[in-house]
Amino acid sequence: MTNDGQRFDRLPATAAEREVAGRASRAEVIDWWVDRFGIDREAFADYTFWEKGAGKIWIFAADLPTPVDAEGVGMTFLRTRQEHWKPTTNAVQRFGGAATRNVIELDADGARTFLAGEDLDPEWDCDWGYLIVAHRIAGEREPIGVGLYVHDELRSVIPKGRRASVSPPE
Amino acid sequence: MTPLERYESLVDDATAFRAACDRPLPAVVRVNTIKTTVDRVLEALDAEGIAHERTDWHPGVLRLPEDSPGRNWPHAHGWIHGQEEVSNLPALVLDPDPGDRVWDACAAPGSKTTQLAALMDDRGLLVGNDNNLGRLSALRHNAERLGVTNLVVTNRDARNFSLKPLGEDSGHPNAVDAFDRALVDAPCSCEGTIRKNPDAFDTWSLDHVHSVAGVQKGILRRAVQATRPGGTVVYSTCTFAPEENEAVLDHVLAAEECRLVDLDAPLDGVPGVTEWEGESYDPSVEKALRIYPHHNDTGGFFCAKLEVGG
Repeated sequence: MTNDGQRFDRLPATAAEREVAGRASRAEVIDWWVDRFGIDREAFADYTFWEKGAGKIWIFAADLPTPVDAEGVGMTFLRTRQEHWKPTTNAVQRFGGAATRNVIELDADGARTFLAGEDLDPEWDCDWGYLIVAHRIAGEREPIGVGLYVHDELRSVIPKGRRASVSPPE
Repeated sequence: MTPLERYESLVDDATAFRAACDRPLPAVVRVNTIKTTVDRVLEALDAEGIAHERTDWHPGVLRLPEDSPGRNWPHAHGWIHGQEEVSNLPALVLDPDPGDRVWDACAAPGSKTTQLAALMDDRGLLVGNDNNLGRLSALRHNAERLGVTNLVVTNRDARNFSLKPLGEDSGHPNAVDAFDRALVDAPCSCEGTIRKNPDAFDTWSLDHVHSVAGVQKGILRRAVQATRPGGTVVYSTCTFAPEENEAVLDHVLAAEECRLVDLDAPLDGVPGVTEWEGESYDPSVEKALRIYPHHNDTGGFFCAKLEVGG
């Protein structure tokens, strides 16, 4: 069997049940979020995971018979089938608040620069790769989106449609 | 005669109606409780110096008198969503529960769809359908920004929407054979949006009203058919024309197993009309709610609640 880019197929539970070459399993997807960001595995217990297109993984709060012919099933969650798996901005905003690892918290100026899509040069002595970029708002840490930390530089990978200029408080 | 003059015989206070239609509307946002709380939004708006007023009828609907809602941190986080005040009504009237299976037949661009998801605590199954692929991309963008995970997006003509792709008759434990609730926020002549879109009347014609009414009847009939007995269907438009409102209800009451029920609305309005230009409608259409711009200082709106089954 091969991946069909026109429909949603539910991910196999484990690698042993995999029938489509290259398709991530549900266990691998959850393990990646747990390992990379320290999120409690239970946070994903009630969701199903689906692939449409090459490696685009969707997280869905319900279940349906597979495959599903639709334009969207749940929300986009993770891109696989590339060297480094990459979470989506929206998934990080939705699920990244519970992260305990690979979260970089920016100050107010840095957060505005990052949201505008510009790169930064913050202090960071942990992993390279995709990080959750956050700031303090209304008394708590809140994820803004995904940053790629390489060569001592934090690249903003906020999608163009989500970039914005936010004025500093008056 | 402008479309507004056409309705002055129906309105309780024509002078106040005309005056309200000439006033612009403030920006209004809904707090997205999938991602945050009303208190955090208020705190974040205060910290950015963005003026806001809470509406007196819904704690999660805020007027931003001096701001366009797209350029601030609460928006960037998907905590707020620009949505006209009165358009918050139909999802509240449909009142879905977490775990329900809900169909939003005309979903794009998704303000009411994402509100339904929030009312469901992002649990259960929400199917957001629209026949316009371009508008569907706006629906998907909004749903993702607001963190909705229980939504299936489909691109069909709602008048002959099939449940087969959702597993109907397959016997599968997760198959959908009928919805618990459906929202038909129908495409319409948009007369009630004149305060927001001053060019809403540029394309108005009586032919258009009659043509869109035919589509509305088809969609509402299909929504009743696709909803289980005892389930709820809400019909809404942002227009005043009885041809698109009470006449559509009258048609569907005669054609399908359903009845109108009282709706408990937190906004002021007047009952549906039973006669218009020589036509008379089923007396139960009085249970529908007409909201004129001067009633709550909002846009104009029509909303009705149906129960499916004899």
